[in-house]
Amino acid sequence: MALARSTAEIAALPPVIDKSEGYWASVWRRLRRDKVAIIAGLVVLALILMAIFAPYIAPADPLSGRITRRLRPIGTEGFPLGTDELGRDMLSRLIHGARMSLLMGVTPVIIAFGLGSTIGIVAGYLGGWFNTIAMRTIDIFYAFPSVLLAVALSGALGAGLTNALVSLSVVFIPPIARVAEAVTTQVRNRDYVEAARASGAPGFTIVRVHVLGNVLGPIFVYATSLISVSMILASGLSFLGLGVRPPEPEWGLMLNTLRTVIYSQPWVAALPGLMIFITSISFNLLSDGLRSAMDVKQ
Amino acid sequence: MSAPIVKVSNLTVSFLGGPSPICAVNGVDLELEAGETYALLGESGSGKSVTLRALMRLNPEKKTRVEGSILVGGQDVMALSRTELQAFRGKTLSMVFQEPALALDPVYTLGQQIAEAVAIHEGVSQAEGRKRALELFERVRIPSPERRLDAYPHEMSGGMRQRAMIALALACKPQVLLADEPTTALDATVQIQILLLLRELQRELGLAIIFVTHDIGVAVEVADRVAVMYAGRIVETGSVRDLIRNPSHPYTIGLLRSRADGALQKGARLETIPGSPPDLANLPPGCPFAPRCRFAIDACQTTTPEPVTIRDGQIVRCLRVGELEAV
Amino acid sequence: MSSALISPLDRGGPAQPLLTVRGLVKHFAVKGSVFGAKAVVRAVDGVDFEILKGETLGVVGESGCGKSTTARLLMHLIAPDAGTLIFDGEPVGTGGLAMREFRRQVQMVFQDSYASLNPRLTVEASIAFGPQVHGIATRAAIDRAHGLLDRVGLDPSRFASRYPHELSGGQRQRVNIARALALQPRLLILDEAVSALDKSVEAQVLNLLLDLKEEFGLTYLFISHDLNVVRFMSDRVAVMYLGKVAEIGPSETVFDKAAHPYSAALTRSMPSMDPDNRTEEAPIAGDPPNPINPPSGCRFHTRCTFAEAPCSATPPTLAAVGIGHKVSCLMHEPGSGHSKAAAS
Repeated sequence: MALARSTAEIAALPPVIDKSEGYWASVWRRLRRDKVAIIAGLVVLALILMAIFAPYIAPADPLSGRITRRLRPIGTEGFPLGTDELGRDMLSRLIHGARMSLLMGVTPVIIAFGLGSTIGIVAGYLGGWFNTIAMRTIDIFYAFPSVLLAVALSGALGAGLTNALVSLSVVFIPPIARVAEAVTTQVRNRDYVEAARASGAPGFTIVRVHVLGNVLGPIFVYATSLISVSMILASGLSFLGLGVRPPEPEWGLMLNTLRTVIYSQPWVAALPGLMIFITSISFNLLSDGLRSAMDVKQ
Repeated sequence: MSAPIVKVSNLTVSFLGGPSPICAVNGVDLELEAGETYALLGESGSGKSVTLRALMRLNPEKKTRVEGSILVGGQDVMALSRTELQAFRGKTLSMVFQEPALALDPVYTLGQQIAEAVAIHEGVSQAEGRKRALELFERVRIPSPERRLDAYPHEMSGGMRQRAMIALALACKPQVLLADEPTTALDATVQIQILLLLRELQRELGLAIIFVTHDIGVAVEVADRVAVMYAGRIVETGSVRDLIRNPSHPYTIGLLRSRADGALQKGARLETIPGSPPDLANLPPGCPFAPRCRFAIDACQTTTPEPVTIRDGQIVRCLRVGELEAV
Repeated sequence: MSSALISPLDRGGPAQPLLTVRGLVKHFAVKGSVFGAKAVVRAVDGVDFEILKGETLGVVGESGCGKSTTARLLMHLIAPDAGTLIFDGEPVGTGGLAMREFRRQVQMVFQDSYASLNPRLTVEASIAFGPQVHGIATRAAIDRAHGLLDRVGLDPSRFASRYPHELSGGQRQRVNIARALALQPRLLILDEAVSALDKSVEAQVLNLLLDLKEEFGLTYLFISHDLNVVRFMSDRVAVMYLGKVAEIGPSETVFDKAAHPYSAALTRSMPSMDPDNRTEEAPIAGDPPNPINPPSGCRFHTRCTFAEAPCSATPPTLAAVGIGHKVSCLMHEPGSGHSKAAAS
């Protein structure tokens, strides 16, 4: 009878919503709406470009200066950001300093991300005694404040760029491993991992297909937030003479050497600090934006 | 006839903040007499809980747009100031939640929480409040009430916690009790005890109860009248008897027929309502049930049906209700 | 097609139970106070039952009765403390049927349709994962996934490349069912598989499960707290209480002529659906006791209207009271000392 439609007829009706976008496409869509994160991202991009093309952008040689024109104020003819205590162009030194400072900020985090997340994911997935041993060992490192640990390790290994990078990497492994372990433990108990185990898949396959995709994102976001910490610690090491050596331009080291002139040229002396501040806050805001954009349930 | 204790007219609630507003409630009218139990029945997203929260102005004010009028005990709820609202909540209207574990404060004993509520609302001493708490615990039939007053919420079982939650809700002798799926999280043998308790309290205290549930069986056990909600509207309302015996909206009919109950033959298939509930951010122009309705005609896709009274107290929102009645 | 699917695997013939569970035990340690003794949750405490070929065995019970733990033990998602599983005549585990092969033949659908799908995998990738693990080429596994999507009522051309958050709850549960069927199992464990769905969607999924059972010759273990649904789905029903089976038998018998006072009370606790004949008295008082310290003797004696002195002392055994009908109650144990029991 024509009064009613059959179930099949209704099922054949056109769907109300019929769209599908990939995971990263949806992350990008949400990130695009976040103005703060986009601006922070552009600043980070600009800093990276500045570091790569430093020799082409910088108006002068960052290493050569004349003592006769030392400590010119900001806005001096030919030296828009003034000169330092040895008469070198501040603008050029800040531009070239981006190279070493970003290297010191990013490299330890990348190394620690690789090692720390491996330790954390394995410990989190396996659980049991391996987890206990790995995480308690990590906790020992936690007992020291990160600054102290970095200084102590650098001091023990001896001054120098490589040693500074190694000690900073070691400092960042425990926090990353901890976050990785926490996220992995959470994911391991989800029903879809249980379902994968129920299908008889070996542990390695489950980690590769079902765990990695769901934990690397959060760990990565956390690691991004460490870049700023790493830059500040690296500056600290350089400041103490344990990292980069003069006359190499590096923001932390510049801050150290300009400290002596803080009363005669306070604005020039503050410039490297300002660069460190801008860079670290940009990385932090970018990672905050990434964190909320990567949350699927929106 | 006396004036209704709760009168809601043309209530709409939408949540802002997302890419497009979510229209959770789209024109709800309801009236409740003193001492009556009214069940709001619906699936997730039908707007039943949002309606209940609107009565108490519990929806987050900044992100919600509420329109229409709500009168409770002669007071205009929408016009209450912040301080008036505090006195109103608990005193005129109080609420029982689905998860008492979340609604009760974990760091105070149950006795302290009830005594506190009584002391604040009625300006009496803590000792007086505790005496009232003990009476309430006896009233909701908590065994060894004296001892249980000094228990923390986590020390009690689910059923006892829900009884304590009801005691807390009754602390200031409200006229209307709102119950938001109070038995959904409970086991079957405990659920029936709580339903019977609510019925008893309603009878003895003359309470008016608005009871939100997704389970028809539960509604039948407690309610005098039932309103079936779909996509933020009441699509059918009437006495429990009429609704069970003569369901008239295609959605109500579908819900009743799709129930798996014992009378069915082994291996038989259930009658189903095809499809799934609509997207509240993107409601169809006409009757929101039309896309899933077996009886929908072209007019249903474009016209929003108006309420039609088909017999005393039974009101249906369906364009084809006359034709369907005849079949 | 369905018979061709079964015959090479079916070893013992129709009379052989598909799965026999004997003496299954799982206790969880919970932390007590710092210096106190460790408390133990007796989640599953000696459970025996059989699942016959081609039947649906329903399992009902309240929170803490151990029904979900039993499901996870059967899947070996957690290791049992004691007990044996015999799958179609072959003991599972050491020396018998390999775990990997057992897992292929027994699959599970979980309650939470969202948590049981990997949010970062498309629907087809989730379904194809199992077959790929068992050595089926990617292309063939994806083809199988498409076939199953079609079979569970989701058009593969529209749904295959979607992500779980783009589906409704009912659609996700259909995907979970397809995923469980992808390994061509013989036993499907449905752990509250429809409990989180809206009633109108629940009926659709129940119908689908009935269709699939016929088409693929499946056997179901159907776990739910909803007695109406269990009754509709099941041939036989097991009633669990605090980690033990209280009663097991044909579903009409258990629901209409329950021999155990708990099964009877559970049935009578369901809302009546008749406005003129509402429930006037709660069948039993109180909440289910904590499984950390279950009552002595018969675990139900604290809430049982028929309890007598022997009930708190002697644990009853699960014994036959009719054809295929077993009860664990002293009233049905001759010589138990209960006034309603026959003298020995």
